[in-house]
Amino acid sequence: MNERVAIVGVGWSGFRPTTPDVSYKELMYEAAVRAYEDAGVDPRSDVDSFVTVAEDFHEGTSIFDEYTPDQMGAVLKSMHTIPGDGLHGLATAYMMVRTGHFDVVALEAHSKASNILTLPDVTAYAQDPVLNRPLRFNTHFVAGLEMNRYMYETGTTEEQCAHVVVKNKKNALKNSSAAYGADLTEDEVLDGPPLSWPLGKHETAEHADGAIVMVVASEEKAFQLSEKPVWILGTGWCNGSASLESREWGGIEYMSKAARMAYSQAGFSNPRGLIDFAEVDDIYAYKELQSLEALGFFAPGTAGPMTEEGFTQPDGLLPVNVSGGSLGVGYLLDATGLARALEVVLQLRGEAGSRQLEEVEVGLVQSWRGVPTTSGAVAILSN
Amino acid sequence: MGLRKVAVVGAGMTKFVRRAQETAKELTYHAAHQALQSCELVMDDIDGVCLGTAPDSFDGVHMKGEYLSDGAGAWGKPYIRSYVGGGTGVFAPIQGWYHVASGLFDVVLVVAEEKMSSYYPHAQAAFLTIFDHTTERPLKPNLLWIFALEMNRYMHTYGISKEDIARVSVLHKRNAVDHPAALLGNPDITVEDVLNSEVLAWPVQRYDVSPVSDGAVALVLAAEHVAKRLTDKPVWIEGVGWNLDTAYWTNRDLAYPRYVEYAARMAYDMANIKEPRKEIHIVEPYDPFDYKALHHLEGLQLAERGEAAQLYIDGVAERNGDMPVCPSGGLLGVGNPIAAAGLMKVAELFWQLRGEAGARQVPGQPRRGLAQAWGDLMQVGTVVVMGR
Repeated sequence: MNERVAIVGVGWSGFRPTTPDVSYKELMYEAAVRAYEDAGVDPRSDVDSFVTVAEDFHEGTSIFDEYTPDQMGAVLKSMHTIPGDGLHGLATAYMMVRTGHFDVVALEAHSKASNILTLPDVTAYAQDPVLNRPLRFNTHFVAGLEMNRYMYETGTTEEQCAHVVVKNKKNALKNSSAAYGADLTEDEVLDGPPLSWPLGKHETAEHADGAIVMVVASEEKAFQLSEKPVWILGTGWCNGSASLESREWGGIEYMSKAARMAYSQAGFSNPRGLIDFAEVDDIYAYKELQSLEALGFFAPGTAGPMTEEGFTQPDGLLPVNVSGGSLGVGYLLDATGLARALEVVLQLRGEAGSRQLEEVEVGLVQSWRGVPTTSGAVAILSN
Repeated sequence: MGLRKVAVVGAGMTKFVRRAQETAKELTYHAAHQALQSCELVMDDIDGVCLGTAPDSFDGVHMKGEYLSDGAGAWGKPYIRSYVGGGTGVFAPIQGWYHVASGLFDVVLVVAEEKMSSYYPHAQAAFLTIFDHTTERPLKPNLLWIFALEMNRYMHTYGISKEDIARVSVLHKRNAVDHPAALLGNPDITVEDVLNSEVLAWPVQRYDVSPVSDGAVALVLAAEHVAKRLTDKPVWIEGVGWNLDTAYWTNRDLAYPRYVEYAARMAYDMANIKEPRKEIHIVEPYDPFDYKALHHLEGLQLAERGEAAQLYIDGVAERNGDMPVCPSGGLLGVGNPIAAAGLMKVAELFWQLRGEAGARQVPGQPRRGLAQAWGDLMQVGTVVVMGR
């Protein structure tokens, strides 16, 4: 077994609202070439196995794994696909290396959301075909219900949610890969068009295209390949109730379970004080607050006030979504968690440019698979 | 630290049927429930769940893995779905294997499900969307056509007759008579019946092909220290292998599945198998079409190229032969709910190696077996070697 596993190379392409100039294969290829260059590996000879993350309906292709090997340099190699979030892919690569049978595994996730002409219809097809689909729920409508319940149970205000948008979009202005950086005020966010009250349009991440590739290696290989390996201290993931009818709408216990799994691997009893910064789910602004509470950073109902007080600003005690998050970078569908992980890797390597945080040693990544799922994943990384 | 050994300790499956009344969720539930019962565990004993299921388009549900999660037992548990097209059924236990071998999990539930009948009028249409959107989809190909190309190429390259290939279908459908979950067992079928069946896409005829089916299969996998506590008869996963070839299948010589060979070699290396023909006692190659069983036996290095049919002619492949092939009845006999069919093969090895296969039991207390699946655009091979 390989106890310790590190990320030794990262590469990405994007992130942009549309990419008419490149296909998804070209996006993947660009990211892969950069990651292999960064790790100093040749995929044909040095990578033992490959993992991609994709969902058929996002790709418009059934059994999409068919179309993954060529642009990754993985033809006639061991490769498989995880229909999950990028962090599920990272957890998979982590497990594979830990078995001791694989020394180097490459991992890919991408989004070509701009190709999907009817994305709201596609996402609505994730709902139960018998019980929910006849009711014609819009995806954002379900999110609005959850936001309403979360605010009701915790006393979180609309202003506090809007504050997340202001912070993350401002952070994105310092991220050259971010597609949706903006300098907004809280009032501008609140005065924007509503989607499903209390959820507003500005509090919902816009889609972006891009691809991310990471190279993951065993301890021995990591020291050979990289001067700045980023260690995976723990990964956790968990599902809650699949059905809308039987879930708890205010809290997200599955996310707490995922976090506890990751913390126990990392040897943390509590994230507070041990984790220097976090990149968390903010597909909808309220999710950042709800997630931070589920992860154990804040007691229920306190993430909002702490955000307003600047606790999660880049110069605060717990910087959250310094990259800009999904609200600032863009919502990358199945690649979302890996985009958050990318920022943590860059920060831990000291390569985050003008948004570099000082003296960071441990970062947390968390993601959610979106409506209507209760599927969350967490990873803890360290330099 | 050494490598962690992983055992299969329980298995369960639903009947394979043409049109299940149960929903996809219910099918996964029934298989998972049976697998747990077989080793006297309950969901609280399960650390994580792995799901294998192929295209979302069968059910018309986006993120089908999330939809199936509660049926498969993943409520409140770590849960990841994997897929490699038709190879998924044998990949799912590989996914379970790396969960346990990583040291993060001690007991994992592996579930594979397919409900093809939801696709109306016929599941074949779902496969239109597996082809390249620019170069192939406008030609409206379907799977029968491309496999007819492959079958033709295989027959032409090695001079194999339709009669010899039909023997595969006959043996598997006869074997399936003894499988309580089988859809197409037939004790009286003959080579002539296969050759006289309706032509679908020459040289593929009705009885050369496995049926569209619904069903689910589940296994319980455990780490060594738990497995020994749970059962006196753990079946160890000794080797795993998988391999994916280029998406540009039209550039490939279809006569020989190189990707299956590479997957097999990966598994043989892990299992420390030097002479597979002597060391593998039962083989469950993937047989959605009769010629595929032959094709795969060659890729698996269990027969010389072009000579796998001889195993059937000489009786080696029969249940009491030297190397029984598909004693379960295979996809041709038991049925082909895609991912579930692959996992059914692994479950069959589990039962055979424990001596629990009932009327299907292979004589001579077999010690080691191999299951293999195949899929995508004639592109992926997945292999599991198990032993007791």
